[in-house]
Amino acid sequence: MTATLRADGVSKSFGGLQALADCSLTAEAGRITGLIGPNGSGKTTLFNAITGYERIDSGQVYLDEQRITGASPQRVFSLGVGRTFQLTRIFPRLTVLENMLVPANRGRSTREHRERAMDLLAFTGIASHARALAGTLSYGQRKLLELAYVLVADPAVVLLDEPAGGVNPSLIHHITDRIRELNAAGRTFLIVEHNMEFVMGLCHQVTVLDSGSVVASGPPEVIRTDPRVLDAYLGTEADDA
Amino acid sequence: MTSDQAGRQVAPVPAATAPATTTPATAAVIAGTRHAPRLGTRTLSALGVVVLIAVIAVFPLVFTNPTVTNFGVITLIFVAVASAWNIFSGFSGYLSLGHAVFYGTGAYFLVVAAKDWNLNGSDVFWLLPLAGAVAALIAVPLGLVALRVRRHTFVVITIALFFIAQLSASNLTVTGGSSGVLAPIPNWAAATFNNPFYYLAMLLAVAAVALSVIIRRSRFGLQLRAIRDDEDRAAGLGVRAMPVKLSALVLSAFITGMAGGLWVYFIGQAVPQFVFDPLFDLAVVLMVFFGGLGTIAGPVLGALILEPTQLYLNLVESNSYESEILFGALFLVVILFLPRGVLPTAGEWLTPGRVSRLRSDWLARRARRTANPPVPPPEGNPS
Repeated sequence: MTATLRADGVSKSFGGLQALADCSLTAEAGRITGLIGPNGSGKTTLFNAITGYERIDSGQVYLDEQRITGASPQRVFSLGVGRTFQLTRIFPRLTVLENMLVPANRGRSTREHRERAMDLLAFTGIASHARALAGTLSYGQRKLLELAYVLVADPAVVLLDEPAGGVNPSLIHHITDRIRELNAAGRTFLIVEHNMEFVMGLCHQVTVLDSGSVVASGPPEVIRTDPRVLDAYLGTEADDA
Repeated sequence: MTSDQAGRQVAPVPAATAPATTTPATAAVIAGTRHAPRLGTRTLSALGVVVLIAVIAVFPLVFTNPTVTNFGVITLIFVAVASAWNIFSGFSGYLSLGHAVFYGTGAYFLVVAAKDWNLNGSDVFWLLPLAGAVAALIAVPLGLVALRVRRHTFVVITIALFFIAQLSASNLTVTGGSSGVLAPIPNWAAATFNNPFYYLAMLLAVAAVALSVIIRRSRFGLQLRAIRDDEDRAAGLGVRAMPVKLSALVLSAFITGMAGGLWVYFIGQAVPQFVFDPLFDLAVVLMVFFGGLGTIAGPVLGALILEPTQLYLNLVESNSYESEILFGALFLVVILFLPRGVLPTAGEWLTPGRVSRLRSDWLARRARRTANPPVPPPEGNPS
């Protein structure tokens, strides 16, 4: 049900651009880890590297003690690592419920799978849209749907790429609460987010990335006052400090 | 702003209820108006299917003219092929312009096998499943190559595969080169000669549509449609994209191969330029786009309307240019104005709300008409 996700010395370059340089990060089992950094610092690339969407040049990725470096997205998911995308990706021409049934059902019967899907739609608050085409959902509802269908297969680790990006404050609250509840049940989270309030309020641990390297890592209280972080990320005139 | 540190400790219960209550209100609106389109009730469509099959079944008994039943055979073959094409391309979104490869493979297999094994009459029909199997077998390596790429690149590769097949057929000795291979001629009575072909074509068409329905409702079909919408996202949810796509292609090729076998036995000869005909793929694609890509009834409707039209124009005008110009123009119209096909567009337009409004309008008009009988002139109208 829960697991530790670890990236160890991951490097990746696109042509001359070093997107990730010897990047190491750990999402401890049962905890919420935040991943922050300026635009272009390599956060999404690291997500892609972990979940098999991007081949890495060197380094390793581990799920507990199992090496998952270079595994396909399909394999990474079946091992228990689910993810969402920064630009929310749902299946617009399937209904919301059909979207929920796409993930592999892990030995459940169709009926159980369907019930589980409906439970999760209720949990995220979009159950009343179950029969609507997913393409008709609003942006925030799509974020919730993506979170819901990633959870269908009970992943031990959930990677969220900007779950609060472009979402209104009350919905952010809703998403925050859902993540807390899931985390209380033992699920590991790794979250990329630009909303500082969201990250500092939710995460147990925060890792800061800059130019593809880890600048700092620690609890939010420490990170928010770390001069290196302020320098690299928040800038000198940071209003949050 | 609320304190971050404190926010982390807050119990999730109170905040959770607030947004949850706002969503169902908007939900009713969305669920009511923008529903997955559904025309009529389930029993109504089941009744429609039964009636359609009955009409098709008695058609050659009523219209016994061989020219007419000839149209019937070819049209039903295209119903089967369009449905088969739709199972792969319509559901997965991988548009194949190379299905003639499977059609032609089935056709050539049938004539060559019938010749080599000295089969004649209705015995030749037993070769049809084998013709399908050979086409399906061919689909495996072709799929493993072509399905590695997507969209336009995939389309171009299928066209290339088509020309490879056509060139091979004109140059290999087993296919008889450019002069082709003759199919055996059954010694059946001339008046009912077309009927065995007709009913087999009907059987094949019904099987193809039934298979479409089964796949559409299955988990396999859901995975195909997920691949159509976003293949990478589907892979990230544990969908094994390659086996799923390949299975759809193989099933599609199987039916297409059988249809090709039946067709070539019916027309009596396999010649490269007709068996591997580039217009075959364009016609099938147009039928499915016209009716509705990815729907069950769309390919059937498209084939039932377009194939007889083309055959009729060819017959009346004794050259194929007019039908080609018409089909080309129709293709443009469909792509520009009905990109999703006639059925989905009509289904979207006829939303449940609009249907009930049309119905109440009609009832009101009828009530008005019965209130003042139509016999007296309109001046007698009160108010």
